[in-house]
Amino acid sequence: MTPEELHKIAETELEAKQQTQHTLCVCMAAGCVSTHSDKVKESLAQQIEKHGLKETCKVKGVGCMGLCMAGPLVAVEQTGALYQMVAPQDAEEIVKNLGKQPVKRLVCDTTQPFFTRQKKIVLENSGVVDSERIEEYIAAKGYEGLLEALTSMNQAEVVEQVSKSGLRGRGGAGFPTGLKWGTVAKARGERKFVICNGDEGDPGAFMDRSVLESDPHRVLEGMAIGGYAVGASQGYIYVRAEYPLAVKRLKDAIKQAERLGLLGHNIFGTTFSFNIEVRLGAGAFVCGEETALIASVEGKRGQPRPRPPFPAERGLWDCPTLINNVETFANIPPIIRNGGEWFAGIGTEKGKGTKVFALAGAVKNTGLIEVPMGISLREIIFEIGGGIPDGKKFKAVQTGGPSGGCIPEQFLDMQVDYDSLAKVGSIMGSGGMIVMDETSCMVDVAKFFMEFCMTESCGKCVPCRVGTKQMHELLSKITDGTATDENLAMLEELCDVVKNTSLCGLGMTAPNPVVSTLRYFRDEYMAHIHDHRCPAGVCKIGKEQLATV
Amino acid sequence: MNPSAQKTLSVKTLQINGKDVSAREDQTILDVARENGVFIPTLCNLDGLTPVGACRLCLVEVKGSRRLLPACITQVQDNMEVSTNTETLVKYRKMILELLFAERNHVCSVCVSNGHCELQAMAQKLGVDHIRYPYLYPKLAVDASHDRFAVDHNRCILCQRCVRVCDEIEGAHTWDVQGRGTASLVITDLNQPWGTSESCTSCGKCVQVCPTGTLFEKGRASGEMTKREFLPYLTLMREERV
Repeated sequence: MTPEELHKIAETELEAKQQTQHTLCVCMAAGCVSTHSDKVKESLAQQIEKHGLKETCKVKGVGCMGLCMAGPLVAVEQTGALYQMVAPQDAEEIVKNLGKQPVKRLVCDTTQPFFTRQKKIVLENSGVVDSERIEEYIAAKGYEGLLEALTSMNQAEVVEQVSKSGLRGRGGAGFPTGLKWGTVAKARGERKFVICNGDEGDPGAFMDRSVLESDPHRVLEGMAIGGYAVGASQGYIYVRAEYPLAVKRLKDAIKQAERLGLLGHNIFGTTFSFNIEVRLGAGAFVCGEETALIASVEGKRGQPRPRPPFPAERGLWDCPTLINNVETFANIPPIIRNGGEWFAGIGTEKGKGTKVFALAGAVKNTGLIEVPMGISLREIIFEIGGGIPDGKKFKAVQTGGPSGGCIPEQFLDMQVDYDSLAKVGSIMGSGGMIVMDETSCMVDVAKFFMEFCMTESCGKCVPCRVGTKQMHELLSKITDGTATDENLAMLEELCDVVKNTSLCGLGMTAPNPVVSTLRYFRDEYMAHIHDHRCPAGVCKIGKEQLATV
Repeated sequence: MNPSAQKTLSVKTLQINGKDVSAREDQTILDVARENGVFIPTLCNLDGLTPVGACRLCLVEVKGSRRLLPACITQVQDNMEVSTNTETLVKYRKMILELLFAERNHVCSVCVSNGHCELQAMAQKLGVDHIRYPYLYPKLAVDASHDRFAVDHNRCILCQRCVRVCDEIEGAHTWDVQGRGTASLVITDLNQPWGTSESCTSCGKCVQVCPTGTLFEKGRASGEMTKREFLPYLTLMREERV
């Protein structure tokens, strides 16, 4: 592959696009497929054939369009019209109306804040390009970042651009990406590796899955650029086996890129070679922790080990290893294309760029959103999310999954970035955002997350293995209405010991949901303990409990 | 530079509990503390095996570090200021022991290792006289299918010493861990009865390194299971050969 060949592919693709009058884009990400968007796509194709529009109209599968609750979604590329909750029998009407007024009863309003308030960098191609065709990605400036890095930048310049961008790790902890790349680039070792962490496991989070399903090449390109910057020639992408569609698209994407010479030996005729292999997770949440993930890739039991040494120094097979999250790598190609300063111009002082969130729970518009850092929680929930359904009252928003905390109403106007979320006792996390209304019992929520941590603890270190179990028992006692003040004191003491003595991030952050709900909703705990009642009416206590026996 | 000069390890100086001490750069905080007569409690650590930092008893405070660090695995650095016995550390260590005692069925009076158990001794040494957490009483099996040895999961603290000695010293890797969280169990081969294990060489090293009464020789009654210390000898022999 030469630069000319790459541009030729893009031109051919764009020409073909111009010759098509109407392109129907059907969302083929997991959310819409679960509501049978594949059947919708099929019948749209049949209708086009039936109406003899085969020459001028095209149907293509695209990635996630964001508003998952309104799926299956179908967009008309040329006019920008968006149809929601499309059934296979609606296909005829949609096809008949191509080039005329859109079908009114199916139209989804794209002027609502859900669409207008977002800023898309990571998701710029999601819902636009066909994730199964590399040509479309190339036509959307794909692999140009890699081309630029390989042909007109040296390794240090790539690292410098990433540092300049101010990008921080999107996996949750927010470590400066440029610093990590610089460290791995400097680390001494005959072989180095790049790993992409796609072991997304937080309950309610599906950002990485959507990126991998919608735009897999972007992640591959980011990894290849990373490989060039740190001096690695082999990459592994670790995806959980529960994401079969993402795995399939990734594997196909790797094959396509290899066929075109965008992965493999001497990419763009340079001395740089890079290969990527997929590794599947076997269902352990802890394998999202980098040292456990590395152990798993090595074929060992997925258990974390103490750091330091960090993977940057001793990672996969004891070689220096660059390990970043899916969304982090997905940010790299536009940073290289547009320069680090462009990226640093978006967001806040300490949080640059955008963040993808999976908006879920008691909110009208659930789905995938990408917003600039610094947007307020209120804007996300009440404008983009459309507020709380059924006239209920907002109670809290949970960010960061089992490692995060619950944020109450008083902090809704706070800016969303790493530091402000940490200040109120939560974390940015990988991007799960669960909204809760007045019908959620906060003790029950804490118990849910504690149960998750308890069953997902790898069992290596004592405080996480046994501490989470004891905390879960205590929380169960509270929700049963049989706990005492001593039990609560013991729970708080356990929070402290588990947080401070656990080996890895899973244990260190496992108490967060309890600590944050105790901080803001202590009265609910007290109501369970002293008055033996659940203010939200979720926990069955006393009489109700007897009645169910 | 000649090759032997490259091998030379540099020397570091640091403070442990306010006392100035010196160390080779490849030593851990635990090594140096022991050399200087400073006691740091350990359970999963065993000289001669790769440290894993699992029991969390050896956590120490290091000035400037946000986190507590496991002494068994943390290498010394110049000017480190280490505290091994602060009030918080003592509290955490006792709580961790309590958690261990509440996890499985540690009934000392009827245990083969009564009086020779590292968990029991550690609890006595650290002054754990009550277990405040509710006992979890899991139902766990005893596997006595091996000719000479038996494994009683009720006493296991998952220190992984057996796993490591079998892999690193004997080279058989018969033992490993299955399951997650409190459901974790040490297993032989692919979780088959020990007596049917094809990789086990019946060397008995795992039995000798077990800190509690989990792995024991058959025919020992309550309190009769004592251990031989062979790893320090092996380590010494290896070092001398170099």
